[in-house]
Amino acid sequence: MSEKEFGQKWDRCLADCAVKFGTGLGLGIVFSVVFFKRRTWPIVFGTGLGLGMAYSNCQNDLRSRYVLHSKVAKEQ
Amino acid sequence: MLRVCWKGAHAAARQCVCGKVKAHPLQLCRRYSTAGDSGSTAGKIVAASLLTVGGGLGGTILYAKWDPKFRANVEKSVPYSDQLFEMALGPPPPPLVTLQKKPVRVIEPLQISSLSEASKESKQPKAKAKKSDPAPVEAPAAVEEAPAPTPQTLKEASAEAAHIISAIGEVPSVPAPGTSDESPPGHTAADEECKDHHEPVLKERPAEEVTARLAQQDKAEQDALAGLQVESLGSTAKTTLQAIGAQEAALTAIAAHTNKLKEAMDSQTPPDEKSSQWKALNEALSERTRAMEEAEEALLKAKGELENLSGVINSSKQSKINTARPQILAAEENLHSMIVDLDKVVTKVQTAQTEAKIVSQYSELVNEAKAQFQQELANITPEIQANWKRLSGKLSADDLNSLIAHAHRRIDQLNRELAEQRVREQIHIEVALEQQKLEDQKALERAVVSALEHSREDMRLEQEKKAQEVREVMEAEMRTQLRRQAAAHTDHLRDVLKVQEQELREEAQEILNSKMMEQETHYRRLTQEQLDTFTLDMNAAYARLKGIEEAIDSHVIAEEEARKAHQLWLSVEALNYTLKSAGADFPTEPLEGAVGVIKENCAGNEFAQALATAIPEESLSRGIYSEASLRARFFDIRRLARRVALIDETRNSLYQYFLSYLQSVLLFEREQVAPPAKLAPEDLDTFKLLAYANYSIERGDLELAAKFVNQLRGESQRVAQDWLKEARLTLETKQVISLLSAYANAVGLGTTQAP
Repeated sequence: MSEKEFGQKWDRCLADCAVKFGTGLGLGIVFSVVFFKRRTWPIVFGTGLGLGMAYSNCQNDLRSRYVLHSKVAKEQ
Repeated sequence: MLRVCWKGAHAAARQCVCGKVKAHPLQLCRRYSTAGDSGSTAGKIVAASLLTVGGGLGGTILYAKWDPKFRANVEKSVPYSDQLFEMALGPPPPPLVTLQKKPVRVIEPLQISSLSEASKESKQPKAKAKKSDPAPVEAPAAVEEAPAPTPQTLKEASAEAAHIISAIGEVPSVPAPGTSDESPPGHTAADEECKDHHEPVLKERPAEEVTARLAQQDKAEQDALAGLQVESLGSTAKTTLQAIGAQEAALTAIAAHTNKLKEAMDSQTPPDEKSSQWKALNEALSERTRAMEEAEEALLKAKGELENLSGVINSSKQSKINTARPQILAAEENLHSMIVDLDKVVTKVQTAQTEAKIVSQYSELVNEAKAQFQQELANITPEIQANWKRLSGKLSADDLNSLIAHAHRRIDQLNRELAEQRVREQIHIEVALEQQKLEDQKALERAVVSALEHSREDMRLEQEKKAQEVREVMEAEMRTQLRRQAAAHTDHLRDVLKVQEQELREEAQEILNSKMMEQETHYRRLTQEQLDTFTLDMNAAYARLKGIEEAIDSHVIAEEEARKAHQLWLSVEALNYTLKSAGADFPTEPLEGAVGVIKENCAGNEFAQALATAIPEESLSRGIYSEASLRARFFDIRRLARRVALIDETRNSLYQYFLSYLQSVLLFEREQVAPPAKLAPEDLDTFKLLAYANYSIERGDLELAAKFVNQLRGESQRVAQDWLKEARLTLETKQVISLLSAYANAVGLGTTQAP
């Protein structure tokens, strides 16, 4: 169903966001811990990175319909 | 156990009571029975006596019914029994019935008796009358006649009797009286035989049929008459014979007496025998007187019987029965012959009597003379005894002389008397002659009269006989003529009948032919009519049949159509029903089956086929959602569409998403707004559209809602895409189905057909 698609997209989006956030957070934490001496900024950065990625994915996912796909036609 | 005992006691008590009760009625019964016994014995006695009486009465009546003689006896002896019998059995059987057969039977015994008589008597004269000449002549004649063809008629029988009588009468010698003496007993024996025969006849034939009796009335009369005649004839013959016999006996007695007298007169017999002679004479005299008396009696009786017979003959003559005439004639002849014989015998007796008278007179005179002589002798010789027989031995000479002188004197006297007598002889003779003449004349007259009468009778009888013969001859001739005429008549009749028969036959044939023709024509007409009607009927029937067939065919077609329509309708209904199988969230069953059925059912129907094929594939394969589910889904769609109302190709970032969401949250509007009749461009707002669609769908108008939803643009459109598709599908299917059902209904009504 098309309406379910939106929901699904949103679910995916949220899941992705969660994952990305978690991952970012995790990575951030890791990076922060590992590389950046428990600074918060990698966590935030990671989290932000994650969220951002998630946002972008979500957006793209939601926008996928309207994006025009082109193909280069081969010259004959 | 106690209970058992108690039960036993109860039973015993009950029995006791019942026994008592039983005993009482027994006693009562006994009493009643004793009373009843005595009563019943009395009753038995009464009943037995009644039974006996009734039985006796019934038996009497039954036997009286069977034996009329017994009935007659009882009627005679018991008074009022005749009434009882009449009541019970009806009138007594008439005695006339028996008389029918009696004369017939009488004739036969009489014949038999006469035959036997004839044979007997003929044998007797033949045996005994060998001396007399006429006897063998008559006897053989009688003998010849007796074994001759058995005399069946009364005439011949009476002729036999008459013959016998005359035979008897004409035999004057000694044997004749013997036969005549025996004949009456023989005849009486014969009569007794007759009488004996009568009785068994009566007993053998007690009753006769009524019809036979009626038919034989005349015969009975004449037979009765004949019987009476026969009877009277028999009786008269008997009495006549008796009379004749008596007369003959008298004759013989007279003759004997006269002989004896003559012998007695004769002085040549010795004196011893004279006394015996005189005794015999006395005996003969007494005999003669007795015989005379008997003869007189018999004669009177015979005369009476002859008168009776003549009376009977007259009465029978007056009765005018033609067939009895010969019998009457025969009876008359017999009567006449009997009279004749009787008269002859009477005359003989009279002559004998006169002779006897003469002889007696002579004897008297002789006696007188003797007495006178005796007296004179006694006067002359008183000492001489009267017995002059012994005179010759004991008389002396004086006595003798005186006797001779007396004798001489007597002789002289006698001579003188003789001379005187001679002188007066002539006168005496004349006187005597005169007397004799007178007497002779009288006798002659008498004889003449009797002879005349006899001859008259003879003549009459001859005449009658001749008349009878002539009558018979005439009758025979008449009969022959009549027969001839009858023959001629029959011939004529036959001819006429033949002709008539021919005519009638022809007529009948003609009539028959005409009738046959008529009948044939009628029959032909009828058959033709029948055929015509039949043909008509057949044609009509055929036409009807054809019509019926056509009707049936059309009906079949119509039925077929109807069936098809019905099937279509049913299948459409099935389809409709399958639409109902849609659940809340899942679609219906695939409509393929139902639609397939529809397609099958309306194979020949293009419209339906078109319609059936118009159903979208998706619905066929997958089924459609129900309106309710769509409606439910619409809510989601509406929410979602409201949330992504701002999103379209240009605005589709996440931020826009957030904004549209915010918009949907913050925008307050009526959920349901009645859509206007015409859509203006400002109505193409998502929210409005959704509101319109909501309103429509809430009112059940999916189509309008779909229309409105179709006007969505952007992401809303994309979101509602599926729903729309589904709605479109549903709508399409429903439309087709509704069309189909409408069509099916229309077809089912039977009157409309899609062109």
